[in-house]
Amino acid sequence: MDGFQSGPIKNSYKWLDERLKINALIEYMGSKEVPRHSHSIFYYLGGITLFLFIVQVITGILLLMYYRPGADSAYESVKFIVSEVSFGWLIRSIHSWSANLMILAAFFHMFTVFFTRAYRKPRELTWYTGMGLLALSMTFGFSGYLLPWNELAFFATRVGTGMAGAIPVIGDFLMVIMRGGEEVTGATIGRFFGLHVAILPLLTTGLLTMHLIFVQRQGMSEPMHWAGKKREEKKFMKFFPNFLYRDALVWLVALNILALLAVIFPDGISVIHWPLGEKADPFAPPPPVIRPEWYFMFAFQALKMFPPHIWFIEGELFGIIIFGFGGLIWMLIPLLDRGASENKPSKLVMTFGAFVILFIVVMTIVGYLVE
Amino acid sequence: MIKIKFTLIFIGLLLFSINGFGSDNNCLNCHLDWESEEGSAAKYARDIHSQKGLGCTECHGGDPSLDDMDDVRNSKGYRGVPNHLEVPDFCARCHADAAYMHEHNPSLPVDQLAKYKTSVHGQRLFARKDKKVANCISCHSVHEIGTGQMPYSSTHPTNLPATCGECHADKEYMAEYDIPTDQLEKYRSSVHGQALLQRGDLGAPACNDCHGNHGAAPPGVASLAAVCGVCHALEAELFAISPHAEAYRENDFPMCETCHSNHDIIKPYDEMIGAVGSAVCTNCHSADDGTIGLSTADSILVSINNLVQAHAQAKRRLNEAIYKGMMTTDEEFLLKEVDQTLIQARTLVHSFNMDSVAPKARAGIAKADTIIANAAGLINEYYFRRKGLGVATLIITFLAIMLYRKIRKIESR
Repeated sequence: MDGFQSGPIKNSYKWLDERLKINALIEYMGSKEVPRHSHSIFYYLGGITLFLFIVQVITGILLLMYYRPGADSAYESVKFIVSEVSFGWLIRSIHSWSANLMILAAFFHMFTVFFTRAYRKPRELTWYTGMGLLALSMTFGFSGYLLPWNELAFFATRVGTGMAGAIPVIGDFLMVIMRGGEEVTGATIGRFFGLHVAILPLLTTGLLTMHLIFVQRQGMSEPMHWAGKKREEKKFMKFFPNFLYRDALVWLVALNILALLAVIFPDGISVIHWPLGEKADPFAPPPPVIRPEWYFMFAFQALKMFPPHIWFIEGELFGIIIFGFGGLIWMLIPLLDRGASENKPSKLVMTFGAFVILFIVVMTIVGYLVE
Repeated sequence: MIKIKFTLIFIGLLLFSINGFGSDNNCLNCHLDWESEEGSAAKYARDIHSQKGLGCTECHGGDPSLDDMDDVRNSKGYRGVPNHLEVPDFCARCHADAAYMHEHNPSLPVDQLAKYKTSVHGQRLFARKDKKVANCISCHSVHEIGTGQMPYSSTHPTNLPATCGECHADKEYMAEYDIPTDQLEKYRSSVHGQALLQRGDLGAPACNDCHGNHGAAPPGVASLAAVCGVCHALEAELFAISPHAEAYRENDFPMCETCHSNHDIIKPYDEMIGAVGSAVCTNCHSADDGTIGLSTADSILVSINNLVQAHAQAKRRLNEAIYKGMMTTDEEFLLKEVDQTLIQARTLVHSFNMDSVAPKARAGIAKADTIIANAAGLINEYYFRRKGLGVATLIITFLAIMLYRKIRKIESR
């Protein structure tokens, strides 16, 4: 604490330290180390995702001050936010950009963890909680998309919730629960709003806390090729202050990019866009192109490409089963990839990961091209 | 033996059923054989009478079950084919019979013959025995009659101008009547013709909307405003209380036609009113005619032009704001109100009164000014955002550089 040698800051710090043992915490952080190697940059992806999540929480709370859920008020309140409230347009724009960038960062984070096989023992629980956080983030996106109650959101939600109806046994029940009835109505906004601002934040806070505790307890995963190396042959940096300062620098860069995007493209750009447009009208004809958000596009497109029937099963249902099965394998990879904890290379796992990336990229591109 | 009896009875019933339930319309059987695929018998399937279940005998009489043509001609009730002069009465046997029509189409009027007799066509046919003049089948066709709603029908609005034009655009055919034959050509180039024939706007008038159909007659000077006023009600109403109404009546000027012409009505433009150039006002008025006609026309044109310019400027500024990605829904809505005000001001021209036009134009200009001011505010806000972004980016970049230097300092120890 070189900077706090005297004066009121020093006294305040001393006062806090006597009560909270801050020095002990700093000493602990100072003793922690982060591996330095050619892929160290991957360690910042989780931090970027966390930073964007914090931005989401702050801007979400600000939007909440003016947003009014309901078929008669949702669209009007969002319009009021972007046209009348000081900097309301900026808050909505940052919230939307940050949401998309957060999911992008989370995907990158997940794939880097997958390909470095950082999920191996003892970090299986970190992987599971991370997968849960990604699922929650995507549910955040899906539920938030409807809240402005505009034309595009209405029809996309109708298609999205309709797909849930194809899930075997519980599909219809799930669809009615999600919609608050047979159709997407004002009741659906109420449910999505409750989900978006109460249930999901609660679950995310719990899961995120666990995820961060696991990371802190176990430290950053060392690359597999370090196995068997002596400590002198490995490079490390201190977690505090070196890694935290570097993390802060990355956050500042992310903030700058976010500010540029939010001001220059307040309604998004190309396929990532959220213009307010017209208010949702359940009796209006659907727009010619109904698209889900980009991170659902690969699944949406793949489901569309299944034939109407495969054997005796409906194509859409078959697709959902395949996706469910694939997702389960992906989720349980720490259990299935037993060789990882023994530092054995696995072509099968790498090929599976490459196939999943290829599938997502190709299906997303095809999804936008065919429309 | 019993088996043979049953077999004979079965065959007998079969033959009876074939004869009994087969086609009993020998008219069609023969005419379809003799005529081409474009012949009357083939066309009849599309005819509204056929669709209503009426056969040949309902019009032509006779016994359709007979095989021999001569037997049919000699059979009871045979009426055969009417000549040109007989056609109206031939059709009116049913179409003027309210009780009969009620069974088939209760919504269809039964006064076609009565109206036809009042028409120029009917008068010439009945009084002068003119065989060239139009009767029912001239317009409705013979065996392919459709309602006005059927797209293939000769009386469907989009086909009607050509149907009338078959005679009225034929110089040779119309030579003896001494009336123009350029109506169809003019109509096709008119605002009405383009709307109906090119854009398929069924709200636009065809020939019958102005001239009537069964009681077809050219609208006279007195009835012209009423005819146009069926659609252009506000204009007709304003004209009726304008200073022009009395003057037109006194001078026997056809009301709308004097400025807008008849078959070749073009889309009105603002410079039609005024004191110079292509203004139609100068056709009757001059600067020294002792009226305030031209000065009023000039003032009205100035008012309208001011509103048009304000509208254009508002639209231009608003588009700038939209192009910059600003939220402009309220201003876009206001611009629609200015559009509406401009339409109303142009309609008010038919009052030929500055006290009506000027307040409306001023109201529109005020709204346009609000849009211009709001759009300017939005454009300023756009540049404010850009400057704000520049400042924020500089601050963040500065912090990032400072942090980077700090990291370098720590790591160089």
